[in-house]
This record gives sequence, C-alpha cells and structure tokens, in this order.
Amino acid sequence: MLEIRNLVVKIADEDKQILNGLNLTVNDGEVAAIMGPNGSGKSTLSYVIAGKEDYEVLDGEILLNGENVLEMEADARAAAGIFLAFQYPLEIPGVATMTFLKAAMNAQRRARGEAELLTPDFIKAVNGAADKLGIAKDMLRRPLNVGFSGGEKKRMEILQMALLSPSMCILDETDSGLDIDALRIVAEGVNALRDKSRGFLVITHYQRLLDHIVPDTVHVMSKGRIVKTGGKELALELEKSGYASYVEAA
Amino acid sequence: MAIVTPLKTAAEQALVQQYADAKAELPGGPAVRKLREDAFAGFEAKGLPHRRLESWRYTDLRSLLREARPLADGVKVTDAVKARLASLKLDGLRLVLVDGVFAPELSMLDAIPEGLTVQSLADALVQPREDLARVLSGPSVGADDAGLALNTALMRDGVFVEVADGVALAQPVVIVSLASAEAERAAFHRSVVLAGKGAKATIVEVSEAAGPAAQQVNGAIVFETGDESDIQHVRMITRHQAASVEVQSLLVTVGAHAKFDSFALVCNAGTVRQQHFVRFAGEHTEIGLRGINLINKAQHSDVTLVVDHAVPHGTSRELYKTIAGGEATGVFQGKVVVRPHAQKTDGGMKSNALLLNEGAAMFNKPELEIFADDVVCGHGATVAQIDSEQLFYLMARGLPRAQAEALVLQAFAGEAAEFIGDEAIRELVMGEVEAWLKAREAAAEVSTV
Repeated sequence: MLEIRNLVVKIADEDKQILNGLNLTVNDGEVAAIMGPNGSGKSTLSYVIAGKEDYEVLDGEILLNGENVLEMEADARAAAGIFLAFQYPLEIPGVATMTFLKAAMNAQRRARGEAELLTPDFIKAVNGAADKLGIAKDMLRRPLNVGFSGGEKKRMEILQMALLSPSMCILDETDSGLDIDALRIVAEGVNALRDKSRGFLVITHYQRLLDHIVPDTVHVMSKGRIVKTGGKELALELEKSGYASYVEAA
Repeated sequence: MAIVTPLKTAAEQALVQQYADAKAELPGGPAVRKLREDAFAGFEAKGLPHRRLESWRYTDLRSLLREARPLADGVKVTDAVKARLASLKLDGLRLVLVDGVFAPELSMLDAIPEGLTVQSLADALVQPREDLARVLSGPSVGADDAGLALNTALMRDGVFVEVADGVALAQPVVIVSLASAEAERAAFHRSVVLAGKGAKATIVEVSEAAGPAAQQVNGAIVFETGDESDIQHVRMITRHQAASVEVQSLLVTVGAHAKFDSFALVCNAGTVRQQHFVRFAGEHTEIGLRGINLINKAQHSDVTLVVDHAVPHGTSRELYKTIAGGEATGVFQGKVVVRPHAQKTDGGMKSNALLLNEGAAMFNKPELEIFADDVVCGHGATVAQIDSEQLFYLMARGLPRAQAEALVLQAFAGEAAEFIGDEAIRELVMGEVEAWLKAREAAAEVSTV
C-alpha cells in the first residue's frame, strides 16, 4: 500500500514549489489513475516517489507498506517494490539489454537478501515475458533502448515491470507516443500484472489509456494537489468537460 | 638581437652527461651514430619539451622530470620480473624487454614461425642495412619532436620484427616491456615492425612495472607496413608507479590498399604521454587510432597525434575515451593534416571525456589542417559528467549508484575497444577496464560532480 501524506516538494535548485500538500492512498490490488492538466505536478509526483534527486521534499511523507521511503536512495526504493515506468525511457548506449536486465534483477535480489538468478532461469524468465509483449529476440540483444521506437521503449518498460515484479507500479504517461496497436499491447501487458497484492498509479492526460487499463479510482490533480477523487466515470466526465473547472477550483 | 641560451635544468644537465658517457657504447654503425648525434644536438639546443611548445603544452616534461634517472644498461631478471611475466594473461609469441633491454632468455625465440624474423634492436643497429636510418626515423611529421629526439639519441635496445610478404601470423606478437624496478632507472627503447606486402599481424605492446620503483620510460615503436597489409597494434600501459613518467612514440607509415589499427589502454599508470605520428604512404588505405584512458588520483594521460594524409583516398578514424577522477588530467591533441593533392580524404576524429569530480581536468584540442578541396573531415570533442538521468534510470531499476556508474562508464569506454579484432585481446582489455571500475566501486567512489 502506498500512502502519501501532505507532500510538499520544490525543485532543488529553484524556488519553485510543485507539490503543495498532496494526499493520496493507493491500496494493494487497486488501480488508481491520476489525471490533470500540463504542469499540475503529475510527473514530479512520480519522480519524487521513485527517488529522483532533483527535488527537495519540504514536508510530508511517502509510506510504502508503512515504511517511509523518503530517506532511501532510488535503488533501495526499487528493491522495496517501487517501479516507475518512465514517460521517456533513457537510452543507455553500450549496455546490452540482457546485461542490464540481469544486473537489475540480481541487484534487487541481493538487496533483499536473495540468491542471484542462475543464467538459464534468467533467460527463461526474460524469454517468457518478452513473448507475451511481442518483444523480438534481437531487441534484447541491442543496447538498452538505443534506436528503439516509442512503442518498443514502452514495451521494454512493461517487460522490466513484469520481470522485477514490484508491489507498487507507477506508469508515467505510458500512453504518450503510442499508436493504438502499441497502446493495446502495453495495456494488455499491464492488465496481465494486475494482482490483489499489487497497486498501480497510472498517470495520464487522456481518458484513452483508461479504456484499456480500467481504473478503480480516478484522482484529478491540479496545482500540486489532488482536487477531486471518484470512480472510473470521473475520467469520462473529464474527457467531456475538460480540466478548467478544477484548475479554477484549486 | 641577443641570443638567449636557456639555463639547463638538473635533468637536462644529467641527460647531457649521460649521453656523453654512454654514446661510445650505444649500439649502431656510422649512420645510426649520425642519427643519434643529430637528434642529441636538437635536444641540446631546445632542452626537454615544455609547455611553451604547442605540442607539449599540457605535459610539461621539463618541470615533470625533476631529475633524470640513471640509464638502465642490462637485463635484470628479478623474481618480480618472473612473477609478473607468469601472471600475464596473454597468449602469443612473447618478446620481453626488461628496463628497455631485450631479454632473449625470457622470449619465445624458438617458437618463431616461418615468415617472421625477430632480432634485438641492438643487433639490428649494427647491421649494414641501407634503409636502416630511414626506417628508424619514421614519418617526417614527428621529425622535430624533442621527446622522440631523446629516444633516438639514447635508444639502447628493443626488438626488430619483420613479417615477410604475404604472411599472416596465426598468433599475436606480444612485446612485453617490464621495468625491473630494482632501482629507479631510465629506459630508452625502440622497436621496429616491418610488414611486407599483404602481411597480416597483430602486435601487442605491454608496458608494466614489476615492482615498486618509479621508472622513466622513453619508448618508441616504428611501423612500416606494405601495400595490402593488415596490421593491428594494441598497447596496454598499466601497473606503473604514480611517480613514473612514460613517453611513448608511435611512428607509422602505411602503404596502399592497407589497413592499420592501433588501440591503447592507459590505466593505473603515473604520467603517460603517447604521441602518434602517422602517415599515409599509399592510396585507398584505412587507419584507425583509438584508446581508453582511465585516470584518477594525480595521474596524467596525454594522447597527442598527427595523422598525415599525404596521398589521396585515405580514410582515418580516431576515437579516444577518457574517464578522469581524483585530481587527474587527461589530454587529447589530435591533428589531421590533408595535403593539397590528398583528395577524397575521409577523416573523422573524436575525443570524449567524462569527469568524475571537480578536481579532474580534460584538455581537448582537435585540429584539422585541410589543404585539399574534395574531402570529408570532421571532429568532435566532448567533456561531460556521467548523465544523471541515465543514472537515475538505472538506480530506479535497483542498481546501486556505484554499480550504475560502473555500467555507464564501462559502456562509455568500451566503444573504443570494439574495433580490436582479436577477441581474446579485446576481452583482456575490457577485463582491465572492468577491474579498474570494480576497484572504484569497491572503494565506494561515486562521482561528485
């Protein structure tokens, strides 16, 4: 379970405050969507949960299963179960995708005091997950994300999510840059991971993604806080009426 | 106008004395003696190279060499030397220099295949070979270099390797140059590789210190390669003391329709200056010069190169990767010269550096001198920090910071090693890179920029 209490965050090197006392709870097994206009702080929220350093937390706490993660570095948060699917996955030239996947899986296992994966088990796990997402073998041999299309990058994010088996998945604008077929593949990949022990925070501008990944709850974010919470019908309502009334209300 | 004679430093005075004492017994017939005399006269007039010379601007040898160590003059096969040789993980035809002097008893002279001849430089210098002075001199672009002049004057030994026409060597020739490190000494050695028409060979140079004394090494290697030859040169300068000073000159002349690739790794060394003087002597030839420099603490690594496109239809590529931490200094000075008639030249030069903290420095100076009008030439030089976005991405997947940095750094450096054709050698090089990064990871050093 993810609980965010009164989170106040500014950009580290600037006087710009982005999150202004945000409260949010995502239960195990819940798919929560966050919608909101540009600049409302959605991506900042995802980065702060994952442990990016460019921000300064002025107040509040982020609890994962009751434990405050704010003192942890990003790698410790990952090992604790937080996974951020990036809006713009980074290209890492010279690092083969398989090398990276193995390093990540084993780093998390080490951090949790588990034995490292044997190579055959690792390869079997990757091949199985890759098949489901329609990821070709040659993509796994290429350097991580280098020369991948937008759709391939997003599928690679979901592959990592499947392999690392986190308890809290944050999807930051996973629909951006995807055509409708790619969107469906990615959404199916996410849906396959829905589980009563796993929470999802799906950040998006558009209702479109939520046709494929149907949320349990929808939160509207504006000016760095949650201004309305409802069921999946709230997303449809937003699609019709826009964000304007919420921006004003905030 | 007054003639100013610069005061000689203690090291310069010592070198003058050393040359005076040693010249009668340094090997070579009249032609070689004349080469030595001319070179030393040049040195005496100009002294050790210093920062006011453009090509030595960032490596001030005059102030670096506080004193000149006594010349090493014989092979000392110490236990440390034997132990170091035993632990070398490189298969090939091994030829060993100890303190710059050829050690036949440590070399695999009974395993020399047909089509390959090997002798010591000292032996080669006394043979009546008409082309000897020309071969030793290398391309004209390096002719007035003061570091090389000192090597020419004082070279005592080395190996002289000839690969006959059409011969492809099945295994690499590995020239191991060890500082015996019994005491602090200066070694001046030069090796020569002559590759005939269509010859194919891999020549590896390993420079290491077997023990704790800091050596002064002034080495040179000359390549003269024939038409249609395919030669790969790999150099590893590692395991030297922090106070060691090493100057290495690479002199290359390549024939037509040929390939020549050189790669050099510098890590765990002291002060290293590599200078490459390379000349295209025939058309439709490809030359690649690449390297990885891993430096930290107060280490210094300088790569200065001149590529002379003296004929048309030549392709040259340079790629240098420097990772600098601590208070280390990296230098890249690359000059590509395209002569007026060298049309259809294709040149590409890159130097990329990553600085790991604020004390580290990198000086990049790429230059193109193009006198022909139908060429494609470019250069790029970058100095950056590890990309914090890449690091965050890797850490968000669970990699601890030090491991994430090591992964990014290894990939960054590895690009320059991809061109090493011999897989075993490439793996050895990347093994050294990995060990360097592991040592950094183990010391929990992370970048602080």
